[in-house]
Amino acid sequence: MSKGLEVLHTFLQALQNSAVATAIREGESLFPWIECVHVLALTLVIGSIAIVDLRVIGLNSRDRGVVQMMTLALPVTWSAFVVAVITGSLLFSSNATGYAHNTFFQAKLALLALAGINMGAYHLFLGKDAGDWRTASLTPWRARVAGALSLCLWIAIAVCGRWIGFTLGGPA
Amino acid sequence: MPRDLLVSQSAPIRLLNKTSHILDAVCTWLEATTLSHTMKTIEWTIPAVQTVHILAVATVVTPVLMIDLRLLGIGARELAIGSIANRFFPYVWWPLPVLLATGIALIAAEPSRTLKNPIFLLKMGLLIAAAGVTLGCQIPLRRDAEFWDRNAARRRTVRLMAIASLSLWIAIIFAGRWIAYVQGS
Repeated sequence: MSKGLEVLHTFLQALQNSAVATAIREGESLFPWIECVHVLALTLVIGSIAIVDLRVIGLNSRDRGVVQMMTLALPVTWSAFVVAVITGSLLFSSNATGYAHNTFFQAKLALLALAGINMGAYHLFLGKDAGDWRTASLTPWRARVAGALSLCLWIAIAVCGRWIGFTLGGPA
Repeated sequence: MPRDLLVSQSAPIRLLNKTSHILDAVCTWLEATTLSHTMKTIEWTIPAVQTVHILAVATVVTPVLMIDLRLLGIGARELAIGSIANRFFPYVWWPLPVLLATGIALIAAEPSRTLKNPIFLLKMGLLIAAAGVTLGCQIPLRRDAEFWDRNAARRRTVRLMAIASLSLWIAIIFAGRWIAYVQGS
């Protein structure tokens, strides 16, 4: 095992042995309650991102500017995303080494990173002139591609999330 | 024990027994369907259908949240209630067939785990309540886009409806997840 992996393994083991992780693992109902909040948060993350993506692609709300739809939906996205990350980390801690070795968990993290890069690229390069689209009903094709990619990535993230539950044991 | 008391007690118990017999019959019938067989034998079908179900839930609750935040005066205050309602109410309803279809498929896969599960019944009750609150808010807006903004009493009412709607949807999602953890009787 390389040095880096060894450090990672030690960290995951320590995380798994922490008091919080043990409480979640051994508690009667802590895991399902945290999972409930995680599911609620992720529906709002994906739903609010879809509102923006569908507008960027041009499939709905064409009478409103892209920027207007973003101001409407993105506060929900970010608040829900913070909740999803916190609850997701708590669930992860309960079986850190198990999740880390799960293919679908690894794929989910990679897809999340891609969604982040896609969003960053959109804001940095593609969407610089989004202010001009305040009244425009159609966005440039490069923005539409980014929107469609984002939607696909988030659906794939949901798929991976559900498959983690099915491949890691415990009630599905 | 006096005979009349015995009779008065046995009526509801008989009804309960009858319902549970019907439920057993429904479960047995569902177990034998092709849909149930397919869901049980092809292992990826359950998580796949569940994923579609969750995405459809997202398509319902996000617009609900957007409308409720506006009704509570927290979000999108610069937009009229009528405008937010026009934009988002259709999205609350069109995923419903998808939710029903995927929900039925998931019941068919494990009839006893769902139909005999008290949390499942709770979820269906909450769903009916949520649909009622949504219609109660939406129908007056069809006739008059400013309906909920006409006076202070209506603004109070609609704020209570928004709180009820948000609480109900949170409870529905939580109940949905808990079905997996509570055993059917």
